[in-house]
Amino acid sequence: MIPVCRLADLPRGEAFRLDTKPPVVVFHTEDGEFYAIDDTCTHQDASLAEGWLEGCAVECPLHASKFDLRTGQADVPPARLPVRTHQVVIEGETIHLVLSDAVPNLPFAAGRGPVAGGAT
Amino acid sequence: MKSVAIVGASLAGLSAARALRKQGYAGRLLIIGEEAHRPYDRPPLSKEFLAGSIDEEALSLEAEDEDLGAQWLLGTRATALDGPSRTLGLDDGSTLRADGIVLATGASARELPGARRLPGVHLLRTLDDARALRRDLRGGGRLVVVGGGFVGAEVASTARGLGMDVTLVQSGPAPLAGVLGTAMGRAVSLLHVDHGVRMLCGTGVQGLTGTDRVSGVVLADGRTVPADIVVLGIGSRPCTDWLHGSSVALGDGVVCTAAGATSVPGVVAVGDCASWYDPLLGTGRRVEHWSGARDRAPAAVATLLSGGTAGGELPRPPYFWSDQYGVRIQFTGHTGPADSVAIEEGAVDDRSFLAVYRQAGRPVGALGVNRTRSFMRWRRQLAGARVPQQPAVL
Repeated sequence: MIPVCRLADLPRGEAFRLDTKPPVVVFHTEDGEFYAIDDTCTHQDASLAEGWLEGCAVECPLHASKFDLRTGQADVPPARLPVRTHQVVIEGETIHLVLSDAVPNLPFAAGRGPVAGGAT
Repeated sequence: MKSVAIVGASLAGLSAARALRKQGYAGRLLIIGEEAHRPYDRPPLSKEFLAGSIDEEALSLEAEDEDLGAQWLLGTRATALDGPSRTLGLDDGSTLRADGIVLATGASARELPGARRLPGVHLLRTLDDARALRRDLRGGGRLVVVGGGFVGAEVASTARGLGMDVTLVQSGPAPLAGVLGTAMGRAVSLLHVDHGVRMLCGTGVQGLTGTDRVSGVVLADGRTVPADIVVLGIGSRPCTDWLHGSSVALGDGVVCTAAGATSVPGVVAVGDCASWYDPLLGTGRRVEHWSGARDRAPAAVATLLSGGTAGGELPRPPYFWSDQYGVRIQFTGHTGPADSVAIEEGAVDDRSFLAVYRQAGRPVGALGVNRTRSFMRWRRQLAGARVPQQPAVL
């Protein structure tokens, strides 16, 4: 489990990006829920922390595919593969993460090469 | 409601089908599509698909295991609608009646008036168009793009990437000037200049030359630009001709309320064929953007299922993006000739800037060129700051 930030540092409607490899983003929705997903869109190298958070979904800032924060699934192309979801744990005043051990679906343009069969 | 027919099987039609199921509609669902293809994504047709960097499978709009419980009538064109009885006529001669109808027929690419479609002359709207153009571009040569809208600008960019000799001809003062205004149209068009595209602005086109195959484009001033391939990107028109006599009111597209209702009960319209009333502008407007086709479908479906009583939320302001020469161009909002525009961040010379459009001091639009982060801030701000116009004020 890795510490992310203090609860007070992540107000509703905001995102917190972690420089893990690959980077991860924690969202605090307007409804008060916390979700964590891989920060990089599965289509191209875009940061979802800079996307449009609405309800339980975030829209990629580049090509507008919407990812469901609960499942990581994208609604329509250009993104096709889901982002990984991670578990958020709140302990006291601190937000923690349990990172998924699934294979991430990183885009080719992110410089890490396409991940074959990564749709886990 | 026990049966719904969606006319149009592209992004707007598919999004409507998804919204119907999501909003609890469990009845019969019929999706009629003129093209033989399952729903596919059009924006890549002028970019990655045309360049050959993605294939057709990557264009599919449907998830692999998606099942909407719909009956698909593909390769079938709707030819008539009787509004009061909600009866569709199809090009195979059959008719069908539905309790609810969603009009999502989109728009089609305009042809050059009076010009024959010689070999080597292309429109770009459908997958079949893109396949044909992609095949032709493989031969290389001189490409003349007529029209400086999205299609024209993106095809020019892709063709330069393929190493072709490209000329961009257009009647306006600069590519994209219609949507971005002249000053920003010019600023963005520097990308074409940077990449060696010959630009001929403020020039109409008279016609094409060639007998077996196109050989040139004749400009309004009489000059001829030699061409091996010509792409016509001169706009689109809503696919609504088939609705004449249907009782559905037509203007520039299907006339709709701010929530997608047409003049006929039980018939809604969404996507490029529809002109929704825009409370911000105080008038109807066709929004021909990908995001509008997707994002407005749930509102249109709510209108249909509620019998028109569901109040439509203000749709987000129009938003589009265009990728040219590896540069990301994003625009949101509305702009008119009288608006002022100011660069708020970055610089045109760096090909990285953010510009804000204002009407009487109030922000109404934003343009981002390689500025995704601050552009998103403006996009959200403009969506939050909208004040509906009183419809009566002129």
